[in-house]
Amino acid sequence: MIYRETGQFKTTYASDQQLFPILQDRIFVIGFLVFAFGVMPFIGSEYLFRAILIPFLILSLAAIGLNILVGYCGQVSLGTGAFMAIGAYSAYNLAVRVPDLNLVVVLLLAGVFATVVGVLFGIPSLRIKGFYLAVATLAAQFFVDWLFARVKWFTNDSSSGNVSAPPLEVFGYGIDTPAQRYLFVLAFVCVFALMARNLVRGAIGRSWMATRDMDVAAEVIGIRPMMAKLSAFAVSSFIVGVAGALWAFVYLGSWEPLAFDVNRSFQLLFMVIIGGLGSILGSFLGAAFIVILPLMLNQLPGWLGIPLSTAMISHIEFMVFGALIVFFLIVEPRGLARLWAIGKEKLRLWPFPH
Amino acid sequence: MNANNSRNMVGAFFVLLALGAGSPMIFGEARFPQWLEVILGGLMSGVLYSLVAIGLVLIFKASGVFNFAQGAMVLFAALSLVRLMEKMPLIVALAVTVVIMVGVAWLIERLVLRRLVNQDPIVLFMATLGIAYFLDGFGQTVWGSDIYTLNVGMPKEPKILLESTFEGGILVSMEDVYAAVIAATLVALLALFFQKTATGRALRAVADDHQAAQSIGIPLNRIWVIVWSVAGIVALVAGVIWGSKLGVQFSLQLVALKALPVVILGGFTSIPGAIIGGLIIGLGEKISEVYLGPLLGGGIENWFAYVLALVFLLFRPEGLFGERHIDRV
Amino acid sequence: MKSTMRVKAAAVALAVAGAFGAVHEVAAQSANEIFLPVLVYRTGAYAPNGIPWADGYVDYLKLVNARDGGVNGIKIAFEECETGYATDRGVECYERLKSKKPVIVNPLSTGITYALTDKVANDKIVLFTTGYGRADSVDGSVFAWNFPLLGSYWSAADMLVQHVKKKDKSLKGKKIALVYHDSPYGKEPIKLLEERARMEGYQLLLLPVTHPGVEQKATWLQIRQQRPDYVFLWGWGVMNSTSIKEAIAVSYPRLQMYGVWWSSAEPDVEPAEMASKGYNGIALGHSDEKDFPVHKDLLKHLYDKGQGTAKDKKDVGSVLYNRGMISAMLSIEAIKQAQSKYGKRVVTGEEVRWGAENLNLDAGKIKALGFGDMVQPLKTACNDHEGVRRGRVHTWDGKDWSYTSDWYEADMKILRPMIQASAKAYAAEKKITQRDCSKEK
Repeated sequence: MIYRETGQFKTTYASDQQLFPILQDRIFVIGFLVFAFGVMPFIGSEYLFRAILIPFLILSLAAIGLNILVGYCGQVSLGTGAFMAIGAYSAYNLAVRVPDLNLVVVLLLAGVFATVVGVLFGIPSLRIKGFYLAVATLAAQFFVDWLFARVKWFTNDSSSGNVSAPPLEVFGYGIDTPAQRYLFVLAFVCVFALMARNLVRGAIGRSWMATRDMDVAAEVIGIRPMMAKLSAFAVSSFIVGVAGALWAFVYLGSWEPLAFDVNRSFQLLFMVIIGGLGSILGSFLGAAFIVILPLMLNQLPGWLGIPLSTAMISHIEFMVFGALIVFFLIVEPRGLARLWAIGKEKLRLWPFPH
Repeated sequence: MNANNSRNMVGAFFVLLALGAGSPMIFGEARFPQWLEVILGGLMSGVLYSLVAIGLVLIFKASGVFNFAQGAMVLFAALSLVRLMEKMPLIVALAVTVVIMVGVAWLIERLVLRRLVNQDPIVLFMATLGIAYFLDGFGQTVWGSDIYTLNVGMPKEPKILLESTFEGGILVSMEDVYAAVIAATLVALLALFFQKTATGRALRAVADDHQAAQSIGIPLNRIWVIVWSVAGIVALVAGVIWGSKLGVQFSLQLVALKALPVVILGGFTSIPGAIIGGLIIGLGEKISEVYLGPLLGGGIENWFAYVLALVFLLFRPEGLFGERHIDRV
Repeated sequence: MKSTMRVKAAAVALAVAGAFGAVHEVAAQSANEIFLPVLVYRTGAYAPNGIPWADGYVDYLKLVNARDGGVNGIKIAFEECETGYATDRGVECYERLKSKKPVIVNPLSTGITYALTDKVANDKIVLFTTGYGRADSVDGSVFAWNFPLLGSYWSAADMLVQHVKKKDKSLKGKKIALVYHDSPYGKEPIKLLEERARMEGYQLLLLPVTHPGVEQKATWLQIRQQRPDYVFLWGWGVMNSTSIKEAIAVSYPRLQMYGVWWSSAEPDVEPAEMASKGYNGIALGHSDEKDFPVHKDLLKHLYDKGQGTAKDKKDVGSVLYNRGMISAMLSIEAIKQAQSKYGKRVVTGEEVRWGAENLNLDAGKIKALGFGDMVQPLKTACNDHEGVRRGRVHTWDGKDWSYTSDWYEADMKILRPMIQASAKAYAAEKKITQRDCSKEK
């Protein structure tokens, strides 16, 4: 009843191709953005920003990057943590060695470094497919882990291997309070999400999806597999690299190589699968699920009034996490984004049955 | 890349491998007894990796699922065994643990595999990842998270051979020798099982082609339970050996990550491939760590195995004995 | 079809409900209690060592409440938070529990310490890193809120070098191997060991072990080849027991192995059973004493009433249990000291920081607390947040630990310039103005 499209017609090609063709969608999205940018900084608590919103936003950015590679182009990658690490350490080295660079430039250049390495590790994808490629990316993961732990130049010869980001400030404004950090990250995520959404709608995106569905057939109709796969790796690593730099600078502040180890890669892969492969919205939903679930599981015994030792809570967290993953995969293997899409479909008809 | 070319590539790879293994002796200043120790140590490690890899290959062959939960199964089996051993003698505990692993296999088939029959391989892989997390948490909830010492009577002190011929002698870890013997016995038993028994034949049929096997009346679900049970028993053996060496604790399941380059090298569908792949990976790891490691600052074991597998994949994308991948358009 | 739709709707509802639930913070603390968050790890690869420490820490806090009615009448409230030794979980725990106005946090992880060092100054929470943490945080003029009480890793390494030098009269031409956990914790002593290598003339072999540390065969094969005279072990969790087992497997004499105080506790030697006999460690002033008045109090007030945290009464008094207990004691004493100046009430983080910086526990006070000689007399000051840096070597004889050396004290003549240089560099990087210790009281 509310979500009807009757009466909405398009008179130009441009308006037909717009990102949100339905008026209600546009209103919802713009309203949401106004809320996120304009209202949330004032009503949010410090804990909400620091522990929930900022990690959620940064991880959803990384999930968008991974989704482009795995969901849209079909190249399974288990080395996302490595690319985040490359982004983080490049940003650190740039910030420390070239202190006059603008923070935004530093973050974007970090993405560029991650892109270069990403393309390098994407070259095997031209010969290797499926799980074998996943293992090749694991090689990247472990190698990069070792590289940043061993080669002292990357950590500015820190004796402990731990590095910390310099105080953040952009265009003269400091970014210290949680609300400011939240806005900074939100801006990045919005720009990158829009860029990703448009990329996958365009010719490049379609070449990725063709490669994913059947790469031999795609080659037959003229899509160059090398361009498609390497461009997917490039774009994905860029986004993941920027996300890694943001994670290190804005969220962690001070980090060591283990912050980007194989568990991080698995976490991102979970986000993408649960959120929905091949969907930008899915990346956000998956990230929200994975960020909030441990917190919720941690506090559940407290609400239910059952006293449990922290070890038991931790073990139950693992069990529930594993069970929920399997549950979601059985119930809706195409992820939360598909559930959302189904919901929208139903909403278009509501309250009518058909 | 036709078959001949591919075989040549594989041959070239082995030659390079042999050169690499021998180079510390030829070019470096490594002394023979020490080099031999590293070779032996590497081969022994390789046997242990193969044990875990065999479980992976079994499940992949029969159900097409890449079972990431193999490591968690190794840990769960070892934990159950070691805790049961506190209350009953070894043989009884072993029997009970086998029953538990069969039970786990049955539950997994019933609750998870049956519902995910026609899904993408990546979805199945994620499901096994979820199972791994679940088994991890469940095992530690039931059995606890301390380090438990698993004592099955394996010797701990090494034997030093040929002390008269070489200075310092050649160190052979008796525990590793026992482990290799047990692993060899297991492989022989598995080979017998697959070749000589009817169930084994059924398993091979299912591995070949699910639909054809179903069409001649082989019950797919039951076969899957059997396969996962066998994989569970293999996990138990691996758990006993690894647990005896390292103590039964949480990190035991991380050895599963080491089994990945082994199946990559050997091919996802081949047990001989898992064994040979394991030996190569174990060897490559130890030689690289002991001789190349000091030049690079140490700690290169972890990624060297993967890089070795990756390089091999570039020569032969399906692994040593894996089935050639044929894309049908 | 409808049932699957219902299941899917249920899934969505679950997700949304959870999302809203997790967003609220923990409720604020009640007014008449001092809150101490307890960051522990009872799961994961480091749990075998984290559990006894956590038990000791929590037991002592419970004892203070039960036996003494709190600190000068103010009860101690505490809450455990599981970090799994992971830095990001540690930071999340810290952020979540901040709303309860904690005064001291002791995360038992050098990695988490590094991450929190940047935050505690703003949040006004004292960071106790008893026996671990940043070695340069001894200099309180830069690290006003960090307290590496009882000993930092440079002190530990220095004392070990002193011990082996005493054994051999001279270390010139000798080889010392450092088998270390490839993390900030393991890398911390390297700087001092290299400095001492220059001074004493020994060759330092660095052998990193990647987390979690179960793959050490290649490391120990290298040790067998290189035949170092001594092996210093800087491991944690399962890495320790694996090192000892691998040492047995390559027949490296345990007598020549020395672990830091976090690598010489029961969970490290017990897995190898009798074969680990002869393994040594530098003790942080205490070992596995079980019969001091404080242990008797713990048994009487907690375990006999079924309130003890450890699973087994026998664990009371193990090495790591004692260490957790002592860490908690130091936290309580800092609070007491703050109350002595600011009033016997709920003190703030800033006040406790003053208390920690002006701790003065002499032998008499320590004995009165029931700790005997488990804790050496400790006095902190603005430029000395360590308080004391003495230790001695203890050795495992298959069943128990016993002391096998005299007391050593870390040589501040060597350490002080290194600490000051490193602290200065940190201050420059973070744009912190150094406090002038001579001007403050």
